Amino acid sequence: MANPSVDKNKASTAAAPITPMSVVAPALGWLIPGAGHLIQKRWMRGALLMVSIVAMFVLGLAMQGRIYKPNGGDILDILGFVGDVGAGGLYILTRANDWGQGAIAHATADYGTKFIIVAGLLNFIAVADAYHIAIGKKP
Amino acid sequence: MSIELSHFSAAVLFAVFASVVFGITQRNTSREMIRYGLYCFAMFVGGVILAGWVMWILRR
Repeated sequence: MANPSVDKNKASTAAAPITPMSVVAPALGWLIPGAGHLIQKRWMRGALLMVSIVAMFVLGLAMQGRIYKPNGGDILDILGFVGDVGAGGLYILTRANDWGQGAIAHATADYGTKFIIVAGLLNFIAVADAYHIAIGKKP
Repeated sequence: MSIELSHFSAAVLFAVFASVVFGITQRNTSREMIRYGLYCFAMFVGGVILAGWVMWILRR
């Protein structure tokens, strides 16, 4: 007797073939927020995602937020780094220019740190969405 | 460049950007995206106002 759950898994695997776009769109979307949608001609969605994520990241830096570096210490520091890395090219650019040192001179500096982390996490969601569009799971 | 926002304006800006991304990524049609984005924004800002009142009551 056929196992329905195995059949279902086979069906879902068959529905998502690996195409060049299903690799390029998420990679580009991670590097440049919104670009994964723009490359698939979702102009409005891509532009809105780009503006939202970049603005959130830049506002976080402007609020004296702190950028997490790769670390093996406290679990919250590790998670902060994972969130920051989600912003892709923005994170690389920020580290290259040594921005985001997180001066504690402002009361809202901690908000800035959270803005930067959440911008990265939102970009992870945008990357997953770009992948779903690329494999035809979403219009 | 340095910006010092109030707690409320920071929360509203957070709500705007997060709602735009949630709306676009969690729904399939344009109409549903706008509706869900507005719903998320209302929930974020409503949650902030509610939390503010709860803290005000606790402080008294």
